[in-house]
Amino acid sequence: MHTASTLPQTTSAVATTSAPVHKHSVWGTAVRFTLIVTVLFGLGYPLAITLAAHVLFQHQAEGSLILKNGQVVGSELLAQSFTSDKYFHPRPSAAGNGYDATSSGGSNLAQSNTKLIQRIQGDIDKLSKESGGKPVPIDLVTTSGSGLDPDITPDAAYFQAARVAKARGVNAEQIRTLIGQHITGRQFGLLGEPRVNVLLLNLDLDRISGK
Amino acid sequence: MSANGWLQFFVYSIVLLLTVKPVGLYLARVLEGKRTWLDPVLGPVERLIYKLSGVNAEHEMHWRQYAYAVLGFSAVSMVITYAIERLQAALPVWNPQKLSAVGPDLAWNTAASFTTNTNWQSYTPETTMSYLTQMAALATHNFFSGAVGIVVAVALVRGIQRTSSKTIGNFWVDTTRALLYVLLPACVIYALLLVTQGVPQNLAKYTAAHTLEQSSQAQANQTQTIAQGPVASQEAIKMLGTNGGGFFNANSAHPYENPTPFTNFLQMLSIFIIPAGLTYALGRMTGSQGHGWAVFAAMFVLFAAGFTTLYWAESQPHPLLHGASQTTVASGETGNYEGKEVRFGISQSSLFAEITTAASCGAVNSVHDSYTPLGGMVVLTNILLGEVIFGGVGSGLYGMLIFVVLAVFIAGLMVGRTPEYLGKKIDAYDVKMSMLYVLIFPLIILTLTAVFVLSPTIGLPALTNNGPHGLSEILYAFTSATGNNGSAFAGLSANTWWYNVALGWAMLAGRFLMLIPVLALAGNMAQKKSVPPSPGTFPVNGWLFTVLLVGVVLILGALTFFPALSLGPILEHLLLHAGQTF
Amino acid sequence: MIEKKNLWNSKIAAAALLDSVKKLDPRKMIKNPVMFVVEVGSVLTTLLLIDNTVHHRAGFGFNLQITLWLWFTVVFANFAEAMAEGRGKAQADTLRKARGETIAQRYAASGELEEVASSALRAGNVIYIPAGQYIAGDGEVIEGVASVDESAITGESAPVIREAGGDRSAVTGGTKVLSDWIKVKITSNPGETFLDRMIALVEGASRQKTPNEIALSILLSGLTIVFLLAVVTLQPFAIYSKAPQTVFVLVSLLVCLIPTTIGGLLSAIGIAGMDRLVQYNVLAMSGRAVEAAGDVNTLLLDKTGTITLGNRQAVEFMPAPSISAERMADAAQLASLSDETPEGRSIVVLAKTQYNLRGRDLGSIHAEFVPFTAQTRMSGVNIPGTRIRKGSVDAITRFLEEQGSSLPQKVRESVEEIARAGGTPLVVAENATALGVIYLKDIVKGGLKERLARLRAMGIRTIMITGDNPLTAAVIAREAGVDDFLAEAKPKDKMDLIKREQGRGKLVAMTGDGTNDAPALAQADVGVAMNSGTQAAKEAGNMVDLDSNPTKLIEIVEIGKQLLMTRGALTTFSIANDVAKYFAIIPAMFAGVFPVLNALNIMYLRSPQSAILSAVIFNAIIIIALIPLALKGVKYEPKPADVLLRRNLLIYGVGGMVVPFIGIKAIDMALAFLHLA
Repeated sequence: MHTASTLPQTTSAVATTSAPVHKHSVWGTAVRFTLIVTVLFGLGYPLAITLAAHVLFQHQAEGSLILKNGQVVGSELLAQSFTSDKYFHPRPSAAGNGYDATSSGGSNLAQSNTKLIQRIQGDIDKLSKESGGKPVPIDLVTTSGSGLDPDITPDAAYFQAARVAKARGVNAEQIRTLIGQHITGRQFGLLGEPRVNVLLLNLDLDRISGK
Repeated sequence: MSANGWLQFFVYSIVLLLTVKPVGLYLARVLEGKRTWLDPVLGPVERLIYKLSGVNAEHEMHWRQYAYAVLGFSAVSMVITYAIERLQAALPVWNPQKLSAVGPDLAWNTAASFTTNTNWQSYTPETTMSYLTQMAALATHNFFSGAVGIVVAVALVRGIQRTSSKTIGNFWVDTTRALLYVLLPACVIYALLLVTQGVPQNLAKYTAAHTLEQSSQAQANQTQTIAQGPVASQEAIKMLGTNGGGFFNANSAHPYENPTPFTNFLQMLSIFIIPAGLTYALGRMTGSQGHGWAVFAAMFVLFAAGFTTLYWAESQPHPLLHGASQTTVASGETGNYEGKEVRFGISQSSLFAEITTAASCGAVNSVHDSYTPLGGMVVLTNILLGEVIFGGVGSGLYGMLIFVVLAVFIAGLMVGRTPEYLGKKIDAYDVKMSMLYVLIFPLIILTLTAVFVLSPTIGLPALTNNGPHGLSEILYAFTSATGNNGSAFAGLSANTWWYNVALGWAMLAGRFLMLIPVLALAGNMAQKKSVPPSPGTFPVNGWLFTVLLVGVVLILGALTFFPALSLGPILEHLLLHAGQTF
Repeated sequence: MIEKKNLWNSKIAAAALLDSVKKLDPRKMIKNPVMFVVEVGSVLTTLLLIDNTVHHRAGFGFNLQITLWLWFTVVFANFAEAMAEGRGKAQADTLRKARGETIAQRYAASGELEEVASSALRAGNVIYIPAGQYIAGDGEVIEGVASVDESAITGESAPVIREAGGDRSAVTGGTKVLSDWIKVKITSNPGETFLDRMIALVEGASRQKTPNEIALSILLSGLTIVFLLAVVTLQPFAIYSKAPQTVFVLVSLLVCLIPTTIGGLLSAIGIAGMDRLVQYNVLAMSGRAVEAAGDVNTLLLDKTGTITLGNRQAVEFMPAPSISAERMADAAQLASLSDETPEGRSIVVLAKTQYNLRGRDLGSIHAEFVPFTAQTRMSGVNIPGTRIRKGSVDAITRFLEEQGSSLPQKVRESVEEIARAGGTPLVVAENATALGVIYLKDIVKGGLKERLARLRAMGIRTIMITGDNPLTAAVIAREAGVDDFLAEAKPKDKMDLIKREQGRGKLVAMTGDGTNDAPALAQADVGVAMNSGTQAAKEAGNMVDLDSNPTKLIEIVEIGKQLLMTRGALTTFSIANDVAKYFAIIPAMFAGVFPVLNALNIMYLRSPQSAILSAVIFNAIIIIALIPLALKGVKYEPKPADVLLRRNLLIYGVGGMVVPFIGIKAIDMALAFLHLA
């Protein structure tokens, strides 16, 4: 550590006389300091949090996984692919080849991108036709930011109710009731938007009407 | 737009406002070396760090020494990061997926990115970085670079506050205190809060899930592999240090990083909380609380204006789509949902995007590349204005103070005196350093963007989108890098040798070439005498100054980048509404 | 006061026009980076124009107009500077006439007088000047007393007295001895005289950039680089967008964006500031001093001559018990008839106005005047059988006690009463009888209180310096409205006060004339020496007031402030202008390829060519339009900083954004009318 007397007063002083002593000192301190804080913040902190999280909130710490018959079927926080008419469909996914939870992400297509407009318009037209010309909820034809959005809007759920009911041969009203039970409102009545978790809804769907 | 969307904005603003004073007071206490209630626990740790690293805590530094220390610390930690990335395959622990070593250009880019508080990510974390790399090489930088930003800002504030002083503080002490007393305790609580909401925190192998539909249809071996990791601990400092480097590729859009609207609210709050608190600390330390609030007000005005425009733009229906419910739905608001998550909706996505780009955070909870042209222009402009709308931790304040110096200089002459800033006369050296700061920013952004848009071999192939939006993508990349933001118009496939290297240099220049003039300014201010205030003194508090400051930020930023913006987002908007797509 | 010249004096303007072309020399232009960039742009477009003409490319008319207006921009800026210099030069010419070669009578080594040309005089020479001759150089009177006509430099026709010793010993070359004779020791070599320096100053020849001007130049250069970047990189973006631009258009955009308005007027503002001071008959030795004047926080004002009229005046006779006022007034007048001091005269006048007592012929009553001496500290008159004296309480008490009498209690009370009121008591005695007390009062100059209030509004603290006791000082201070006072001040106290104020970061201004003021004048940030003062004082100060009027410090401060305000106002205006120019040029540049961008053409300019040309023309003529403002300075009012800021931000900031929208639209319409674009 240098004292005030070696403090460089002018640029030239830095460049010539006091430079070697000075720089050695800064580098030495920098290396020691960095190593210490790296261990403290790079290992000590995350490992301590990991330990505490497992003791206090194990389910969340492990990824909010859902077990069925002893097998992990997914995470309640992550979307997974559903294509059958018997299930509610999540939003389209741009993660990897779709719903890839090791390659999250959105389409990154610009609003002015012809590909995006054609894709969305194609999906709208298809869904619109299936549903008899009803306006298609926009979330159902747009990819999410993560590609793993577990939710759809209540509108998007109700939009699919008739198809699911028909495929399963159950009363559409029963399906609509189930959707109603699965709507998560705004958090604390204020934050975010009302939504329906597709995986949880589909799990319940299997429970009430078999497979 | 919906009433509830606006209500969320107001609630956010009020909560932020309520934190300013307590956070500012605490920051000022910590950085003025006063005792805090954490002293009994952390005091011994603090002294141990000084002892082991050979720091004399009583020693005060000249601005050049301070700058050397900043550079020394950053260089050493950058080298360590680079080394861990390159060696991750060989290191024995916390690499359950057996990920291979990171390539040299990507490792360089990432090391530069995290050292500079940018957290630009040219890589997909789930398939590139081991848990050890994420924890010890990346998350550490989130702490370090955040602390460096804070201490440089404080050094500048000290420069303004001190009179006839050769020194501006001790870098090692400032950094240690910022790390220990501010970032660490906040992150411990914050990380655990995130876990309760569903953010994972484990070191396990990736989970193989047998998905419902496939298992029911007995299509064997069809599984969803779910990436895991110590997410919460990294997420906390990622936001609080305005770093923004996601644990996963989708960043805060990923349900594991940001599972609920409440975590989203916390994340947004934690981006602004330190930058906003620092404005109060500025007022406190310089003895002019009114000035602190005036700076806060200027930042807030720009923030509110940005959000309003962005929220409006994102609520607009796409002009070329038909047959979808784009304007009203029964249960909530709608608009441009491409790249946005349902749980956040348009309002929390817009608010997050506004905050993350206003601050140099760069975390994203939606895809900026898919924003409407005008929405995209807002987020791009936030960065182009120099990351001073609250800005990065510390860097936002020192960036804004540069604009304050320029505003005081230009308008200060109009009251008939050599401009004074809080009693310090602004001389040629101060203007030179401030202009240097202001100049470096567009120099790097515009030059590199120009080079890459002209190059059909290295620049243009990376584009996902063409037409004016392609220009925006490249402009956004260099803006984000130089502004140390880290968010992206992510359609740009920037993980190429040329982009990695160029963006790496842009990030380093945008951080350190700009930080040195700031410290020089601090040093020059510190050695000046202070003139006591009188009715003739230029007022740096009150609404008039706020208006002036907002005007200077907007005019300097807008004038520099208006031509580029007019050929990017503005043109894209006009063409899209005229029916032309690319 | 030198007569104010008409701003657009045609002779000056014609000369300035020629100068502005001469100033196109790049070696001169490079000193002004902003305008240098414009010149380079102009050269570039000129060369391209020639090339285009040779190759018969399209767009000649438009390109020619652009090129011409770019050159006009440079010339207009040079014209502004030349105008400012021209006004100074006109003044310098008058001065030069005064300096004209004269013959001096110099004492040779032998002691004989010899005739030499004034240019042969060197410092240390001694010359003799009889009545009717010009003084050949600056110097110090070492012998003799003379009345001197200094109108050549001060413009004041009344002659002044110059005498050896004391504070009125300095003479200036070029002034004329009217009566008597003086011997003068020359203090400066030819070319370095006061007159020479004055000529150099008003011509702007020795002008150096002031600290604040340097800082502003850095800002402007920085902005120029930023815009250079913005424009240079615009071409690659335009190429990407498949809408590349011509060099003419790009240079036009660049010139419109860089701060040419302030860049072109900056040096004119500085020269004009000095010139304004000269018009107030104040010579600043450097621009730095003028700037410092605007920054002054504390003003030290000498009581005598600055705050008060300089002389005490008798305002009341307070007779002793059993003495009639008439008797006392009569005695007081008698004692003062031969007293030529202002106080003495004021007593005579008071007696005359209050008691209708006329002056008498002292000779006829065999009166003998007894002058004031340092020993007796009183004066008076001896008439056979009667001794009348007036003087300080102590002196008269002694006078009475010598005659076995004493001062009555009632008189003593009157004395104290006067002292408490801040006046000076003068006791009158006739033989052994105390007749009463004359109340001498300091008279504060008319209108001073209001002027000091103006200073307070500007945030400037005034401190009165006086040799009086604190009691008296406090009364005058209150009456004049100064903020503070330094009583019983010795020269060293003044110095200490200045250092103390400066130690607190304040800038101090003061006036002075005596040799003992010199150190304080040198220490003060703004030291204004009186022209009538000693050479030492004039050397020590950084300004000289030719009228020797100490209250002019207030005007000096205002001029300094006005100078800074003008710079700030035009800088703000210049930058604010850019907003409108963008809206004119950017849509025009790209509307050809992207007609949708016409949405940004919010001024509805007729065609892309017309839009660009209009912006360039506006940019050029705004420089001309603002020359009067640059030379006269912005309107100055003594108001607190926040009021000034609000007003000027509104006028020059908001106004600066609005005006070009109107101007460019008007030019666009005019061009259409003239079928120029």
